[in-house]
Amino acid sequence: MNAITLHNLTLGYERHPAVHHLSGAFEPGSMTAVIGPNGSGKSTLLKGITGILRPLGGRIDRGALTTSQIAYLPQQLEIDQSFPISVLDVIILGLWRNIGIFGGMQHGLWKKAEQALHTVGLDGFENRSISDLSGGQFRRVMFARMLLQDAPVVILDEPFTSIDAQTTLDLLAVIQHWHAEKRTIIAVLHDFNQVRAYFPQTLLMARELVGWGETRQVLTDENLLQSRRMSEAWNESAEVCLEDQA
Amino acid sequence: MNHFFAFFLSPFQEFIFMRHALVACFALAIGCAPVGMLLVLRRMSLMGDALSHAVLPGAALGFLVSGLSLYAMTIGGIVVGLTVALLAGAITRLTALREDASFAALYLISLALGVLIISMRGTSVDLIHVLFGTILAVDNPALILVASITTVTLFTMALIYRPLIVECFDPGFLRSVGGYGATMHFIFLVLVVLNLVAGFTALGTLMAVGMLMLPAASANFWAKQFWSASLAAAIIALLSSYTGLLLSYYMNFPSGPSIILVAGICYIFSVIFGRYGSLYSRHKAGNHLTG
Repeated sequence: MNAITLHNLTLGYERHPAVHHLSGAFEPGSMTAVIGPNGSGKSTLLKGITGILRPLGGRIDRGALTTSQIAYLPQQLEIDQSFPISVLDVIILGLWRNIGIFGGMQHGLWKKAEQALHTVGLDGFENRSISDLSGGQFRRVMFARMLLQDAPVVILDEPFTSIDAQTTLDLLAVIQHWHAEKRTIIAVLHDFNQVRAYFPQTLLMARELVGWGETRQVLTDENLLQSRRMSEAWNESAEVCLEDQA
Repeated sequence: MNHFFAFFLSPFQEFIFMRHALVACFALAIGCAPVGMLLVLRRMSLMGDALSHAVLPGAALGFLVSGLSLYAMTIGGIVVGLTVALLAGAITRLTALREDASFAALYLISLALGVLIISMRGTSVDLIHVLFGTILAVDNPALILVASITTVTLFTMALIYRPLIVECFDPGFLRSVGGYGATMHFIFLVLVVLNLVAGFTALGTLMAVGMLMLPAASANFWAKQFWSASLAAAIIALLSSYTGLLLSYYMNFPSGPSIILVAGICYIFSVIFGRYGSLYSRHKAGNHLTG
């Protein structure tokens, strides 16, 4: 198992940094909550780690991990929920590493898929069209797909938005189960109570790093106040950052 | 009873050109159905239209070089169609311009070029041939071309069905598992161009896209899974081809527009009476269920 290490990482859009000179490591098997105000670069950081976004500066060291070993649940799904496809067909995509483009589904894999549906509380939904699901139910389908992906690293961007309290608890149980299996978990969250209750590690950021470490040491009033003070807006006339050269 | 059969079958029994036309249209119908369905699902309906116009200068160049020669026009159409598709794809991936806009820009350039080339040589009658096709003059080579394209289309679709659907459904996911999303997208665009070229020899560049889009748009009202919707689209296309040809035979209408108009009637019928999401199904009376 390899750590995901950030070396002086800068990520952003059109040369404007959204994540600025961030360094640190997500240890293997760690469970980290990423928090910060809106526009503080949390989602951008996740996109960097998954390899969707190239760094503007610095680098990300994933060790022997390939990006296909990272399961990622984005905040805004690019998915059109009116697409004519059944729940079962969606979740077995999680088995892509087993079946690929041409492979067939073995009997054991169907069993796994059923178990995944059971875990997220969607028994009997196999043949339903995804267009018939509610937003929350669809999120659960996405979780079931991640379950099947069986990835050593799981990255979740605000996974509980639009999900009811009971389902959130169910899914948090799933995440804790992953943690017990020594998977690395990184999740963007906004509910500090959730973070305190479930996440041993916290990364608090506001474009730049505010605090990274054990949750009770990072999640302090002082740190939160500091993160809110940092500006959200782009500075159109910002000058070239010289820190890298220094 | 005999009159009944005579009415529906005799045109095809008596005239070889009617048989040719029917076989060509049936092949087209089967190939175009799944490709059209994917275009609809990808919200690329209008891009089919754009590509069909983009094919024109290629066909025109072929026409300029060797008159109304099937091979020259086909090769020209494929080459230019693919160039436009590739360029548009490249512009979308490399710049901030969205796919629909880059397609629209390139097809307009291409269309203008095509009309210009045709007007340099040839009469307006030739232009009408290229735009509306000459289905009643489908000869053996044309028939073989259309059948080959349909065969290639169906085999390719079957082979890359899974990544093609996933690329369409959740491109981000396919990228994350390393499933060759860009390659699949490109192969798909090749299939679109091939089917448009197959269509234009029979239906003309303007009408070819009708066979691609109308059955697929109608099928959405009848089925909820990709495969069943494709099947529905193929059936609608087959029905439209047959009825359209009969119509053009008895009423002396041009065949291309007749076929597409019948498909259009199927579409309007589906919009009103289709099983899912149609006007009727949304407003039909009936007590609600228990759960």
